[in-house]
Amino acid sequence: MSVILILISTSLFIALGFLGAFIWSVKSGQYEDDYTPSVRMLFENDVKQKETENTLSDNKIK
Amino acid sequence: MSKSEFILDKKISKKDVCFHCGDFVFNTDNLIDEKQFCCNGCKTVYEIINQNNLCTYYEIDKTPGVNQNHEHRKGKFDFLNDELITEKLVHFRQESIFHVTFYLPQMHCNSCIWILEKLPQLDLGVLKSTVNFIKKEITIQFDNGKTKLSKIAEKLTDIGYEPHISLNDVSKKSLKKIDNSRILKIGIAGFCFGNIMMFSFPDYFSLGKFDEPAFKYFFNYFNLFLALPVFFYSASEFFISALKSYKQKFLNIDTPIALAILITFSRSVFEIISNTGVGYLDSMSGIVFFMLIGRYLQNRTYQQISFDRDFTSYFPLGVTRIDKDGKEQQISVKDLKIGDRIKIFNEEIIPADAILFLGKAIIDYSFVTGEATPVSKSIGEIVYAGGRQTNGAIELEVIKEVSQSYLTQLWNNEAFKNKTNVNNDDSFIHNVSKYFTYALFSIAFIAAIYWQFVNPSVTLNVITSVLIVACPCALLLSATFTNGNMIQQLNNLKFYVKSSSVIERIAKVDTIVFDKTGTITVQQIKNALFFGSINEYQKELIFSLVSQSNHPLSKAIAFSLNNYKKHFVRDYLENLGEGISGIIEGKFVRIGSAKFVTNNKKYLSLGTQVYVSIDDNYLGYFEIKNVYRNNLKNVIEKLTKKFKLSVLSGDNNNEERNLKNLFGENHSMLFNQTPTDKLNYIKDLQKNGNSVIMFGDGLNDAGALKQSDVGIAVSDNMNNFSPSCDVIMAGEHFHKLNELINFCKKQKTIIYSCFGISILYNIIGLYFSVIGELKPVIAAILMPASSISIILVTITLTTFFAKDLHD
Repeated sequence: MSVILILISTSLFIALGFLGAFIWSVKSGQYEDDYTPSVRMLFENDVKQKETENTLSDNKIK
Repeated sequence: MSKSEFILDKKISKKDVCFHCGDFVFNTDNLIDEKQFCCNGCKTVYEIINQNNLCTYYEIDKTPGVNQNHEHRKGKFDFLNDELITEKLVHFRQESIFHVTFYLPQMHCNSCIWILEKLPQLDLGVLKSTVNFIKKEITIQFDNGKTKLSKIAEKLTDIGYEPHISLNDVSKKSLKKIDNSRILKIGIAGFCFGNIMMFSFPDYFSLGKFDEPAFKYFFNYFNLFLALPVFFYSASEFFISALKSYKQKFLNIDTPIALAILITFSRSVFEIISNTGVGYLDSMSGIVFFMLIGRYLQNRTYQQISFDRDFTSYFPLGVTRIDKDGKEQQISVKDLKIGDRIKIFNEEIIPADAILFLGKAIIDYSFVTGEATPVSKSIGEIVYAGGRQTNGAIELEVIKEVSQSYLTQLWNNEAFKNKTNVNNDDSFIHNVSKYFTYALFSIAFIAAIYWQFVNPSVTLNVITSVLIVACPCALLLSATFTNGNMIQQLNNLKFYVKSSSVIERIAKVDTIVFDKTGTITVQQIKNALFFGSINEYQKELIFSLVSQSNHPLSKAIAFSLNNYKKHFVRDYLENLGEGISGIIEGKFVRIGSAKFVTNNKKYLSLGTQVYVSIDDNYLGYFEIKNVYRNNLKNVIEKLTKKFKLSVLSGDNNNEERNLKNLFGENHSMLFNQTPTDKLNYIKDLQKNGNSVIMFGDGLNDAGALKQSDVGIAVSDNMNNFSPSCDVIMAGEHFHKLNELINFCKKQKTIIYSCFGISILYNIIGLYFSVIGELKPVIAAILMPASSISIILVTITLTTFFAKDLHD
């Protein structure tokens, strides 16, 4: 039966890990602006493309 | 409705709109890269963006810009180089790395976010820029060694996002940090609640007969451990609020709640330690969790809206001072002294009372006094602070300091001093909770007496059970969830209330007072009516001429003649303060003041009349009129049945006849009202026992808005300044006013219905506790069941009552 004790304490520790992640997310300001990141995410593709283009052109110059 | 929307309504082909801002293009020769621009401002912005290979800006959203048809003055932000100002604006600094946040009112679309976050490419000294779209703010990290604050501000202006730096930004050094603690409290309470429930399952399903008692200890102490943060952290605000109300000898709704939490917790601790039971920790964390969610929904703040603005957020921070030797210098408005000579450029706000020294002043006071027409002032006259110069640059000599000026005096009125009237505690919910608490104590007392005779050993048990199960959390939940839902519904109509108590106050109102300019009239759109005879061809000529000018009156005329054909204008001349002239198809057209057009003083020139002559033949004049809001008559008709209405206007009584037509004869209408008159009018109404809603829009209404029971600021553009008030509503939904007020009146009905349901649950719970049979399982079922049914009922009812709003 003592296996239950171990399992339960493990589950609690995992849960505490998630609680920690939640606290971190609040403290790091993720709840302060819930709109802009959703838009910003869509731009990143374009930025990466440009960057690869730039590195390609840089290579050509070299 | 903005101008561009209006034009799209008329289905003008896409070809004719500016590539940058989407406005109608009057002059089709402004071409680069085969792209059309409405003005040089827009073209310049395009050039800068193009040079930096940032044209993706134009791909994310079509015509993402804001019309740039106004001049930017070089060196406008020089005052930002001042060490003291930098110090106050910068909110973080480490060696040469500075962090600063600017408010950019022009931000409006996804392209804006994209280009603004590319700021490091436009100014190499900028390390990182982060946009908060909802707040329309940009936080910039920059290296002060490589660039300067003023340079960044200028760069932002160059690409069409002029930062709005007001006096308010430096007067308070408090960074408005959002308080995240409630989210944390909810999260922690939720986490502990869920886990305690899980560890309580063995007990719920009577698996309590453990083979090993060690298990029981283990679960119980685990629960206790999890309940500690709920009790000490999450529930702390209930204790603090209860203590406060106890000190004020007032029983608010948090008092019985704090008591219930305290008793539940102590009894649970006692049962666990004495090994006589498992306690009610699950129920306790559950109610704390639900109540916190309710509070969160009710008090959710709108980041983008500020309710507590005063004149400091309207006044600019920088002003141009002219030294004795004629040198221009940018200084902070706060440093202005009596006798200073200042220069005010076109479209700038006059920061202090001053005497006009040089130039022609035509000052738009519509926001400050409510006068609809700009006033012209001649040299030597006093110009009051708050007006906006609309006619080129002028020079002034300051005669009063900023804080002493005529306009800012209003804020010294006592209405602004007693801040206690924003107290939530006068809500009827607190009254109900008081009776609830008394009833609860009586039941506990009677039950205690009964058991004292029957079986004294369970008396304490019964008393605590009664207090645990009949926790007034249901009352709080009904109120908070209802308010939260109603606020959400009102938000959907852009009716933003400052706090939930405002809804209750709206429901009590019996008198409504309106301001005229900008409140019942539309702020931007003006209508031009022509008096005289004129043919279609002449209209074309007039249209061609006024399209050249940026003067508000010309714009109004161009706007009402929108569909006419345009001809080429030769020898165009704009005489500031007088009018415009030009030769079109060989005809000499003049538009402007009576004197300018007719060379004759016979025609009395009122500011709202624009005269027209072609080849020196006087044709007639345009009367520029404010346009009343959509369906105003309809709204007034509905409101007249239930409320006493009045109109207070800072303007002259030109419109009295029209207003009488709209309102009928019975309602009082006062004109030429100063801000203090308005405030006193509201005060008098209140002395007669009336409860007043004041509708206003400008600084001149600020006193009345503050004094009234509910001050509602009507705004056509949410980003614009609106004075301190309880509600900010969008002008576009003004016609729903009657429905909005009716909806607010439903608040009580909804909350009482929820009370009814919660009382049902309470009776069941009390029955079990009075007979001394309150098992943790019963508490654990009743508690969430009652909470969830209350939430469902309030959502259903609010949605049902909100139906009228959305028709």
